[in-house]
Amino acid sequence: MKNIIKKISDLMDSIGRPVRLMEVCGTHTVAIFRHGIREILPEGIIFLSGPGCPVCVTPIKDVDTAIAISKMNDFILATFGDMMRVPGSKQSLYHAQAEGADIRVVYSSMDALKLASENKERNIVFFATGFETTSPSVAGTLFEAERIGVDNFYIYSAHKTIPPAIKALLDSDDVRVEGFILPGHVSTIIGSRPYEFIASDYRVSSVITGFDAEDILQAIMMLLEQIASGKPAVEIQYKRAVREEGNPKAVSLMNEYFEPRNANWRGIGMIPRSGLRLRDKFGRWDAEKLFHIDIPDSKEPKSCICGSVIRGAKIPTDCPLFGRACTPERPVGACMVSTEGSCAAYYKYSGVYRG
Amino acid sequence: MCLAVPSKIISIEDTTAIVDVYGARRAISLLLLEDRVNVGDYVLVHAGFAIQKVQEEYAEETLELFKQWIEAERKASN
Ligand code: SF4
Repeated sequence: MKNIIKKISDLMDSIGRPVRLMEVCGTHTVAIFRHGIREILPEGIIFLSGPGCPVCVTPIKDVDTAIAISKMNDFILATFGDMMRVPGSKQSLYHAQAEGADIRVVYSSMDALKLASENKERNIVFFATGFETTSPSVAGTLFEAERIGVDNFYIYSAHKTIPPAIKALLDSDDVRVEGFILPGHVSTIIGSRPYEFIASDYRVSSVITGFDAEDILQAIMMLLEQIASGKPAVEIQYKRAVREEGNPKAVSLMNEYFEPRNANWRGIGMIPRSGLRLRDKFGRWDAEKLFHIDIPDSKEPKSCICGSVIRGAKIPTDCPLFGRACTPERPVGACMVSTEGSCAAYYKYSGVYRG
Repeated sequence: MCLAVPSKIISIEDTTAIVDVYGARRAISLLLLEDRVNVGDYVLVHAGFAIQKVQEEYAEETLELFKQWIEAERKASN
């Protein structure tokens, strides 16, 4: 590991200016803090947190819709636990549950399907959130639902995809990133090819990265090598879990059930073709189409700069509410909710802010 | 949320497997898996589905790392 750190310092010397890197995935944000990587590297390396935290980017409208579903007669809403505390426009799923809405936390969409088999007289809607790591599993669950003949199971899809979000960041004016630390397990599914535009169209470096300290240091070294040589590419550092072609079976199942659509990212806004909706032929599973839930758009809480944080334009400590009005116990914005949200990670690991 | 945890396959029946992760047993689906797997193999598991076969050595290292994280998390929240 010493050798890698030495190599990184040498590369920084030869580059001779600060370098801005973005970790796209919330798990990397946390890993970088946890391994103390900021402390052991030369100062010129600036880490920006990206949009890769599903909880942080699910828009208020989707949270409100999920809450509305949970309050309908004879409905059960099943959700991943991470979504429970995300503030909607008036309340969170957690609050709705406390008020009596039937909301169940599940570990897998398969558990939600099981709920449907066990509660035949109720409608079960699974709040489908997450990136490409998760959406194939929801497609797999629908495949299974079809096979066993369940007819009281539906999904509400808030799924999003990573490459279009990276493209949107690269297209925006206020974000200058020279290298991306690309997500590990999203890439287990999609492989390295969908990222190729980053190098070919934008001349920006990227490395698909694992989660231990050595993985991350090695990826940083690889990024700096690309930057120093002026030869951007998409490299895979995390070879133990990621192949160039990804997992074609998972991708084809995901594409069979879902198609791209424009989607809102909380704090960022609409990103073309960055969301997934069920294809028409699978409409019988689609809560959005079947139940006509009409929820108005709503605004983010005033002064929350979550959107700038996940675009890498600002850091959490730039926010006037950070650590004061907004804490993990009482989150104002979505970035403070998930442990993988940038604000929550800063709060927890930057020490200074812990009482 | 996008973390996948290496788990050891204990038994397989059709497209479902029982895996062991940190001593807990769980049923997972093999529907998304490209590779053929056998009892004793390790797979990365996310949200109840195996998404990739991995080498045992890597699985052990990663399990150790995540265990440290989970423990740190627990300490921090106490
Ligand atoms: S500290 Fe809270 S209010 Fe400020 S940007 Fe982060 S989530 Fe939003």
